[in-house]
Amino acid sequence: MWEQFREGLSPMSRHVVLVEDEPNITEAIRFLLTRDGWEVDTHADGASATAVIQSAQPDLVILDLMLPGKDGLEIVRELRDCETMQALPILMLTARGQMKDRERAEKAGVTRFMTKPFSNREVLTAVRDLHAQANQIEANR
Amino acid sequence: MASLNALILVCLLYVALLFGVAFLADRAALQGRSGKWMKSPLIYTLSLSIYCTGWTFYGAVGYAARSGLEFATIYLGPTLIMISWWWGLRKLVRVGRSQRITSIADLLSARYGKSNALAICITLLAVVSTTPYIALQLQSITLSFEIFADADPTSGFSEQNTVFWVACGLAAFAILFGTRNLNANERHHGVVTAVALEAVVKLVALLAVGIFVVWGIAGGVEATLAQIDASAIGAWQVMPGRWTTTLFLAAAAFICLPRMFQVMVVENVDERHLKLASWAFPLYLLLISLFVVPIAAVGLHVLPDGANPDLFVLAIPMHQGQDALAMLVFLGGFSSATSMVIVAAMALSTMMSNHIVMPYWLRYRSSRVSVSGDVRNVVLIARRLSIAAIMGLGYLYYVLSGGGTALATIGLVAFAGVSQLLPALVGGLFWRGATRNGALAGITIGFVIWVYSLLLPALGDGLLPADVMEQGPWGVGWLRPQALFGLHSLDPIVHAAFWSLGSNTLIFCLVSLMSFPSPIERLQGAQFVHVFEHSTGPRGWTGSVAQAEDLMVMSQRILGASEAQAFFDDERNRQGVRGGLPEPTPGFLERLERELSASIGAAAAHAMIGQIVGGSSVSVEDLMAVADETAQILEYSSKLETQSTELADTARQLRDSNEKLTQISAQKDAFLSQVSHELRTPMTSIRAFSEILRDVEQMQEADQKRYAAIIHDESLRLTRLLDDILDLSVLEHGQVQLNLRSVVLADVLTRAQATALTGIAQPIDVKRDGDREEIKLFTDADRLAQVFINIITNAQKYCDAEKPVLKISVMHTTDWIHIDFIDNGKGIDKEQSQLVFEKFSRIRPENAGGAGLGLAICREVMQRLNGEIEYFAHTTGSCFRVSVPIHQEI
Repeated sequence: MWEQFREGLSPMSRHVVLVEDEPNITEAIRFLLTRDGWEVDTHADGASATAVIQSAQPDLVILDLMLPGKDGLEIVRELRDCETMQALPILMLTARGQMKDRERAEKAGVTRFMTKPFSNREVLTAVRDLHAQANQIEANR
Repeated sequence: MASLNALILVCLLYVALLFGVAFLADRAALQGRSGKWMKSPLIYTLSLSIYCTGWTFYGAVGYAARSGLEFATIYLGPTLIMISWWWGLRKLVRVGRSQRITSIADLLSARYGKSNALAICITLLAVVSTTPYIALQLQSITLSFEIFADADPTSGFSEQNTVFWVACGLAAFAILFGTRNLNANERHHGVVTAVALEAVVKLVALLAVGIFVVWGIAGGVEATLAQIDASAIGAWQVMPGRWTTTLFLAAAAFICLPRMFQVMVVENVDERHLKLASWAFPLYLLLISLFVVPIAAVGLHVLPDGANPDLFVLAIPMHQGQDALAMLVFLGGFSSATSMVIVAAMALSTMMSNHIVMPYWLRYRSSRVSVSGDVRNVVLIARRLSIAAIMGLGYLYYVLSGGGTALATIGLVAFAGVSQLLPALVGGLFWRGATRNGALAGITIGFVIWVYSLLLPALGDGLLPADVMEQGPWGVGWLRPQALFGLHSLDPIVHAAFWSLGSNTLIFCLVSLMSFPSPIERLQGAQFVHVFEHSTGPRGWTGSVAQAEDLMVMSQRILGASEAQAFFDDERNRQGVRGGLPEPTPGFLERLERELSASIGAAAAHAMIGQIVGGSSVSVEDLMAVADETAQILEYSSKLETQSTELADTARQLRDSNEKLTQISAQKDAFLSQVSHELRTPMTSIRAFSEILRDVEQMQEADQKRYAAIIHDESLRLTRLLDDILDLSVLEHGQVQLNLRSVVLADVLTRAQATALTGIAQPIDVKRDGDREEIKLFTDADRLAQVFINIITNAQKYCDAEKPVLKISVMHTTDWIHIDFIDNGKGIDKEQSQLVFEKFSRIRPENAGGAGLGLAICREVMQRLNGEIEYFAHTTGSCFRVSVPIHQEI
């Protein structure tokens, strides 16, 4: 209740960049987040992903681990190197759910890690949580 | 006419001379200055002449007078052995020296696992078969005395008394000569020298009589030959069976007789002496037999009928009044008899004391042998008693048999007896498979048959009742002593030799083949059979008396040269001896044993010292136990070694397979991880859209349909993926069943094109090669089509040209048919082109939908079809080349 209230009150922008090479998965997530009130930009190529995100300045990034052109973790590192992107919440989706992949992702600076196949509710909850945390930090600053 | 007293005086003087010679030779040898002549091969050769006993000296003429030239076989046997079996004798001598053999019983016992039972058995056999022989010598001396006595009526001659006193005299003689001292290597230089002297005397005597007979009586060679022709000897018939048998028995006895073994092997100083002996001894035999026939012929002619032909040699000079010659002949016969008796008694007494008396004395006395002086005395007493016993037996035999049997017959009986040792001896030298049990069984059976069929009948009526001789024991006809198993047409000697030696050899071989030798037997067998490889030369010590030198040699082997030297120097200083070696006192021996036991253990040290200090038989059992133990330990340790090698091998194999497994496991993990990844991707879409369809209300129908279609497509993708994985797995494991048949390439291509492009909205433009595709192939059409479909589908998916074109061209080379699929797209990056055939490698995943297994499957399929699939960068795009081997074309 409180969350919905707060979300309703705050004038926070809800812009997400989704980097995913599987068109069907992209469509599913876009459908979900759009219904939840997000503005969704999608991108399928790894090599140009960093530039696209930097120029878009989104509130949240959803990133696939294995992308054509560039590895997802590499993109995370590049983003974290950029000053304006250090606090950006990044949700990583991957079909490889082993512990060591998760560790490597966390080390690289991923905010949250999610294994495919996921339930839609999980994705929504994760996206909302990350967004709320980011705003909390912003507000505390 | 010489009186009997004069004769006895001459006799005693002669004995004194012999004793003096022996004494001097012994002393010279003891002081280490034995001259060249003492060690010369001539002495050795002459000493071999103890083969020629009183039997030969007197009996050969008698033999010739009775059986003609058959007597020659007695000489031909040894001659054949000496000339043709020289190498065998050399082996015997080498074995005897390298094994420090003291008698033939010792030799066989050593060969067959140092078995004392065997040694006892052989000793008994030797004693039994030598006894008649000794009786024979007594007889010959007595008879020669008798001839003189007949010529001298005043003497008061008594046959019984004479035999008794001769036996006593010979016993005393043998004791004085043979057991005067104990020598570590059982050699008796003095005796051998005296025997050599006697050999000369008997040869000279016989030659003298021969010359006297031919030129003094007959009047020249021609006249003699005429007389031979005239006598019965010339007309005598040859009996092949008897000749062969006596020849064989003489040859066998020459090797097996204890006294012959004594002079030939034990007394041998240098095995090179055999070289001279191999021709000189046959020459000696030739000379000694040269005048046998003339003497016999002339004797038959000159002497009155009824004269004993066994005494012709002596009777002729007596008859002709040649007293000096008669005296010489008497001395010759006396030499023959005494030398044989002395050496035989010595050899037998060694065997008896070493193998019978000493073991039992030691067993009943105490367990420890450390007092060397004690043992020395016991050995000497045992030997003296043995000699006395042997002479006593000979005397008894003479009395029992009544002294009437012809000399030659007794000799052959003895020959047949000792020949029983031949199979075991020859087998032991040349056959490693010969075993103790075989030798024991063979000798026993041969001995029993010999006693029954030859010895007992030869003893006369007293021992075997006449009805046993006639009808067999208990009336069993086929057990008649001289007609075993109904074989009654043979001469008794031939019969007995045939049955005893035949069954002896047969049983020996059979039992040897059936029984298994003990470790020490195998060891000894190898040492005997391969003696020339094992022994570098004769070695020193043997066992009767402790010798400091032997102890030193042994200590050096065990302790090492310098330590042994130090130990002995120490002892020498303690004893106060200057230079040389310390005396083997009891204290010293005890200290030495303690020292040695530190290296080789108490039992072995005790046994080894015992080997040197006491008679060799003392430690035979100890040594056997030690050797058996050692053999067991060796066997055990070699087993352990084998096991540990095997274990190391297994461990290595395990390590290898573990590495392989680890590798395979890593590959499998990677594969599973990739499979999981590939499965999760379509699953994600399916789950997401099915949740959307479930949760979202009021959705437009078009969206619903679209999302359901996505779910459907992704399910199909999943299925395809699973199919591919299974297909690949089957191909990789070689489990695929190929359906080989004859097909036309064009048909396969057409089918593949249709399958790949059916239902595609804008299919790629395929350009075909027309007639060049009309080739018959012998292959699996479905699998080949699968490859083509994959390539065409890829071209359809990935060719990014505006107007995609796929050109399929066919080329022949000598070995291959190449089918090239060339599109006009931009091709594959060079980096990625190397990975296209790897599993899960996708060139452009964004517009794929496959799992990246297609080309991997193609590669596997082409491998199964003995073909190839390759990727080339082509000027106009990418080119996949499928190659099929031409030999599958029909």
